[in-house]
Amino acid sequence: MILLVGSNAAETHPILFHHIMKGVHRGAELIVVDPRRTATARKAREHVQLAVGTDIALVNAMIHVIIREGLWHRAFVERATDGYEELKAQVASWTPERAAAICGVPPAQIERVARTYAQADRAMIAWTLGITEHHNAVDHVLALINLALLTGHVGRPGTGLNPLRGQNNVQGGGDMGALPDRLPGFYSVRDAAARQRFEAAWGVTLSERPGLNQSQIFEAMREGRVQGLYVIGENPLVSEANSQHIAEAFARLRALIVQDVVMTATAARADVVFPARVSFAESTGTYTNSERRVQLVRAARQAPGEARDDLWILAALARELGHAWPEVTAAEVFAEIRAMVPTYRGITYQRLENTPGIQWPCPDENHPGTPVLHTRLWDEVVTPRVAFHPVEWVPPAEPLDDAFPFRLTTGRRLQSFNSGVQSRHYGHPAPEHEWLEIHPRDAQALGLEEGRQARVVSRRGSLTVPVRLTSTVPPGTVFLSFHFPDQTPTNVLSIDATDVVSGTAEFKAAAVRIERVEE
Amino acid sequence: MRDTVSLTIDGVPVSVPQGTTLRAAAEAVGHEVPTLCWHENLAPANACRACVVEVEGSRALVAACSRVAEPGMVVHTRSPRVERARRVVAELLASAVDISLAPTVAALVEETQSEPERWEGARTAPPVRDDNGLYVRDYAKCILCYRCVEACGAEAQNTFAISVAGRGFDAHIDAGWDRAMPESDCVFCGNCVAVCPTGALMDRTEWTLRQEGRWDEAAIHTTDTVCGYCGVGCALTLHVLDNRIVKVTSPDDHPVTHGMLCVKGRYAYQYVQAEESGDGPLV
Repeated sequence: MILLVGSNAAETHPILFHHIMKGVHRGAELIVVDPRRTATARKAREHVQLAVGTDIALVNAMIHVIIREGLWHRAFVERATDGYEELKAQVASWTPERAAAICGVPPAQIERVARTYAQADRAMIAWTLGITEHHNAVDHVLALINLALLTGHVGRPGTGLNPLRGQNNVQGGGDMGALPDRLPGFYSVRDAAARQRFEAAWGVTLSERPGLNQSQIFEAMREGRVQGLYVIGENPLVSEANSQHIAEAFARLRALIVQDVVMTATAARADVVFPARVSFAESTGTYTNSERRVQLVRAARQAPGEARDDLWILAALARELGHAWPEVTAAEVFAEIRAMVPTYRGITYQRLENTPGIQWPCPDENHPGTPVLHTRLWDEVVTPRVAFHPVEWVPPAEPLDDAFPFRLTTGRRLQSFNSGVQSRHYGHPAPEHEWLEIHPRDAQALGLEEGRQARVVSRRGSLTVPVRLTSTVPPGTVFLSFHFPDQTPTNVLSIDATDVVSGTAEFKAAAVRIERVEE
Repeated sequence: MRDTVSLTIDGVPVSVPQGTTLRAAAEAVGHEVPTLCWHENLAPANACRACVVEVEGSRALVAACSRVAEPGMVVHTRSPRVERARRVVAELLASAVDISLAPTVAALVEETQSEPERWEGARTAPPVRDDNGLYVRDYAKCILCYRCVEACGAEAQNTFAISVAGRGFDAHIDAGWDRAMPESDCVFCGNCVAVCPTGALMDRTEWTLRQEGRWDEAAIHTTDTVCGYCGVGCALTLHVLDNRIVKVTSPDDHPVTHGMLCVKGRYAYQYVQAEESGDGPLV
């Protein structure tokens, strides 16, 4: 049984969806939880079409049903977890009826989905940004973890909790400590022993204070605490929520350096642009995918002229700043990763040459890699045990009201990618512009016609965009992608309410009104 | 052993795991059976009949790609009856279809010493359909092997945009009411192109270069790497001609892709070389 929550995998992770559908053809039941009736939802046995931002209410009610009906995995919970009683107490009031009123789905469907998930031999949960692009993103994830732990659907093949990564190397970046409070290998910067290891290897002193996450950086820019920014391979001026507000923060910078393959909107504002005109097709190195599979990236062509890659640029900059950084190859960097990160230790370039990737943890060179994590939870004695984290549902940061009565949710479409820098102009027959997806009933009430312009207004900004009438969205909810920011800067509308832990903004839930544009 | 099946292929005794097809069993004893429609990552369609073999006691020849080995079977992969059947299969295909870019069909014609010219009559000659920016359909080259239909359907993409329409000589691949692809359910993943064995389906870049006489197979270098888009980690084989990517495929044996890609992985690579064509943003 496969429970996809807030994921339109058929469009955003198409080849992963091939695997899901293989499972479906072999008898796996697919349940999709999504406010939109996406291409993915249309393939599901059951589509739970809940209101935007009500996932925690749904999951708490599923937990309520599973406990009430005795469907939880008692042996697993008693052996491997802590805090069951607190979880039970916390979901006591989360009856399916209470959640149904919030989510807008029938109580019987909540019960049915809860039973299906709990009673499956093997059930896995996968999610994408529908879970994490909320102001309470971490709570959303914790709710799903509670559900999986309660039913013992972790640590065995065919089970588990799977965040589907949106970019090629999100996993690898995290593995390498590209997080404000982490060192490579996910060691905390507060871990003195780990810090000392890296200090010894790098010959520098490392701060024990976590840095700032992206949202905190923007806040600090506004307050003048951060005055210089070095952006590598990101386009935050169009990809971040509430872009007008972001632009104000950027205007206060004293120095902006942007390093990118192409001239992005952010690069156009930079004081210095490092043209890293070396794309994936001209690079060597590794990417680590969503299933922790480390794979070799090989250069297939020559970059134009004197273009340099990110690694060369960083080292050259360090030398200019007075540090004796040598020119190193990607292979040499990987050798250092192996030395410093135990989960990567057994992965060598030579092994990667001869395999379709290796899944970490891979502690030594004879280790085959690890397809399934957390198998230790099925040991006789589990140390340490894992804790339930009961979480309460709270509504999206911006409630709907008479002035802004529509829920705007944003996401990707199959043929495009993020701010469109890579995916424009490759010959796809789909229109090369944005459109607003709106339910025909709403369109009729507003006097909107297919293909005609509408104005979308939030408390932060407004834009005009052609409309497409579709029952993919329910009445009251509208959808925009952010693939064509030049004509349709979707993120002038979105809200920058962010999760306090992860710093992720609530791209999935803004309040807007829609107006007919007289043409 | 309970899980294996013993049989005889061309006089050679062989034991294979239960569920092994006659095609795979024959391969195990080194007697490869020719195939056209069979593909390692697709369910057998039993369409082409090139892989027929003779099973003693069976009235009709059987398709080795899908028939499963049974205990005590006596199989002949090259009996006169088999060879005659294969020869006619090759002759009928080659007499009606343009096989100039279909190496497996051409090999079968040669191997069976076929004489397609024995079969006078109609040829399949619909016009080339160049109706989207990503791939071109030249059904004069189509042998109706069903691979594209399977890859678009339950075997990989699950989009079900195309099927075989019509009967007999009028049978053809159709996206519904003879529609152009952009009007159909097609999502332009190009997995149909990837599995097409005859060049009936071709990426538009390759098709254009061939039209211009600039497609030079010998000068193309391939490099296996990993897609730069989402986090699934699809293996890509980049085909590079004169330092330009001209085609993207994926290895059939890769555990993530099984040779299949999405529209961005297969086609959205132009930004990489935008500076050469001058139609993209530059630094």
